[in-house]
Amino acid sequence: MSGRVLVGVKRVIDYAVKIRVKPDHSGVVTEGVKHSMNPFCEIAVEEAVKMKEKKLIKEVVAVSCGPQQVQETIRTALAMGADRGIHVEVSAKEYESLGPLQVSKILAALAKKEEAQLIILGKQAIDGDCNQTGQMTAALLDWPQGTFASEVTLEGGHVKVVREIDGGLETIKINTPAVLTADLRLNTPRYATLPNIMKAKKKKIANVKPADLGVELASKLQVLRVDAPPQREAGVKVESVADLVAKLKEAGTI
Amino acid sequence: MFALRSLSRLGSRLSVPALARRGCSGSAMALDDVVNGLTEDQIQLRNSVRKFLAEKLAPYADEIDKKNEFAGMREYWKDMGEMGLLGITAPVEYGGTGLGYLEHVIVIEEMSRVSAAIALSYGAHSNLCVNQLVRHGNEEQKEKYMPKLVTGEHVGALAMSEPNAGSDVVSMKLKAEKKGDYYVLNGNKFWITNGPDADVLIVYGKTNPAAHQKGITAFIIEKGMPGFSTAQKLDKLGMRGSNTCELVFEDCKVPEKNILGPLNKGVYVMMSGLDIERLVLAAGPIGIMQAVLDFSVPYLHVREAFGQKIGHFQLMQGKMADMYTRLSACRQYLYNVARACDQGHFSAMDCAGVILYCAENATQVALDGIQCLGGNGYINDYPMGRFLRDAKLYEIGAGTSEVRRLIIGRAFNAMYK
Repeated sequence: MSGRVLVGVKRVIDYAVKIRVKPDHSGVVTEGVKHSMNPFCEIAVEEAVKMKEKKLIKEVVAVSCGPQQVQETIRTALAMGADRGIHVEVSAKEYESLGPLQVSKILAALAKKEEAQLIILGKQAIDGDCNQTGQMTAALLDWPQGTFASEVTLEGGHVKVVREIDGGLETIKINTPAVLTADLRLNTPRYATLPNIMKAKKKKIANVKPADLGVELASKLQVLRVDAPPQREAGVKVESVADLVAKLKEAGTI
Repeated sequence: MFALRSLSRLGSRLSVPALARRGCSGSAMALDDVVNGLTEDQIQLRNSVRKFLAEKLAPYADEIDKKNEFAGMREYWKDMGEMGLLGITAPVEYGGTGLGYLEHVIVIEEMSRVSAAIALSYGAHSNLCVNQLVRHGNEEQKEKYMPKLVTGEHVGALAMSEPNAGSDVVSMKLKAEKKGDYYVLNGNKFWITNGPDADVLIVYGKTNPAAHQKGITAFIIEKGMPGFSTAQKLDKLGMRGSNTCELVFEDCKVPEKNILGPLNKGVYVMMSGLDIERLVLAAGPIGIMQAVLDFSVPYLHVREAFGQKIGHFQLMQGKMADMYTRLSACRQYLYNVARACDQGHFSAMDCAGVILYCAENATQVALDGIQCLGGNGYINDYPMGRFLRDAKLYEIGAGTSEVRRLIIGRAFNAMYK
């Protein structure tokens, strides 16, 4: 086994920012807005770095797809302990239609090229909330998947994954190579300390084009319109149950 | 985007989810660091430090001010040590992070944005104490004292002012008499930041009282040295939680090898240190001004009067503009002077000018901040009062505004001698 782990990191609008829809309803305002690494991606990076510190794997490679700015996200991963980065260059225009399917194709191609033993991703990104990339990547590679992981244990050629599911916790054992997606309680990501930020400057980020990986970026999906959720209307207080029933009948709900 | 909210529902049976814990500072006002001229590394530094502070300091800022104490101080010092903040300008070979003054400024600015009091204590440790050791300590002293000051196991301080010698610090009365291999110190120091907690202190004393400023020497004092004690913690208007006290020296024996820099040349050590101290501490008022904006601008867009958000009224728009432009002008001045210092170009006029300008503007901006919140600005449930009380210190400490004006005026006089 190569002992190499690929970690996908996405640059998203910072979770503390108030999102505003563009006046033309084509999307949300991103210009001049604070961006950071997707919180679930931070958890994924942390898990990979911890595995390396325990000497269970040899190398952590951070990958991000997008325009020039995503390099800052890769460098944050490097400062957290990733060994090197790969920037898959996607123009700003193409980035608008880049979705889980395209990213999974890229990750699958990279995993084969880098002979990765594991791919660790965040379970979903806080902008799209798709929760698809991990699953699609595993399907494209025909690899097993351990999604919504809250605990991961590497054992020889297997991974034991404790998954958070609606009914509680499910433990599965899958063979490597595999795809894992990180859920909230998997770990608490470390801060990039100043000495590590300095060390990260010496780490390399390679540039790759999707075409080099044989991936077509064309998307079959088209965003027609983006709207802010409707303003929450004030409610009405009623005095009695009879009143409530009358109001519900009036509104046509019963 | 809405997943975060549903996450908190999912996580309700467990302790507060990591994401929510990380984000409670509430200040997501983006800074235009491109206009500020910061490099990508410096921007990354700011982001990293903000995250650290949001978890380790922000939740305690109000309590620290109310109680005039930081219960978790020693833990926080070690956390800062791990982050590489305590020896930020110290060379890597002594365990420092080897960064420059602009980086130090960014850290103090962000910390001051969260808690000006703790940022001041941090500044006293990392610049007044650690940086002086780096610049003037000999190998033996650096090897002995740097490690624990950089890891946060030890807290550092610096003492020059006395109960009767503030602006006229050179008239200090603390005596240091040579007795064999020792110097015996007698006297008091006053208004000493970190005094109650410090393990290592740089103390200035008169080794040759007759020679006035040519008879001052700097000493490294350790907590526990017989004859050295601290008196009660001072009850201050602001910077509450940045513990300050009087130091008492009664026949305190200090070994000769603890002299920092040359004998009787302490004034040089002190004055050159003051330029950098002023530069770096000027980041304090910048952080306070940013905090004022962080709180007042969102408030102006939530509070309603006469049927609209008050931030849309012209007088309030004017206030936002005034606060913002004052802060921006101060920040550009500070960053530029810091950059020059990083290139080895130190201008006493500009170091004094920067803290003079930033401090006075911070007081004004803090007053505006209270005004923006109106009645709510006057209640201590909101931090606007704390910002004003904290800002005022910077017109006094590290040389009063009056002294700073003298320095600049005299520098001009000197050009025309």
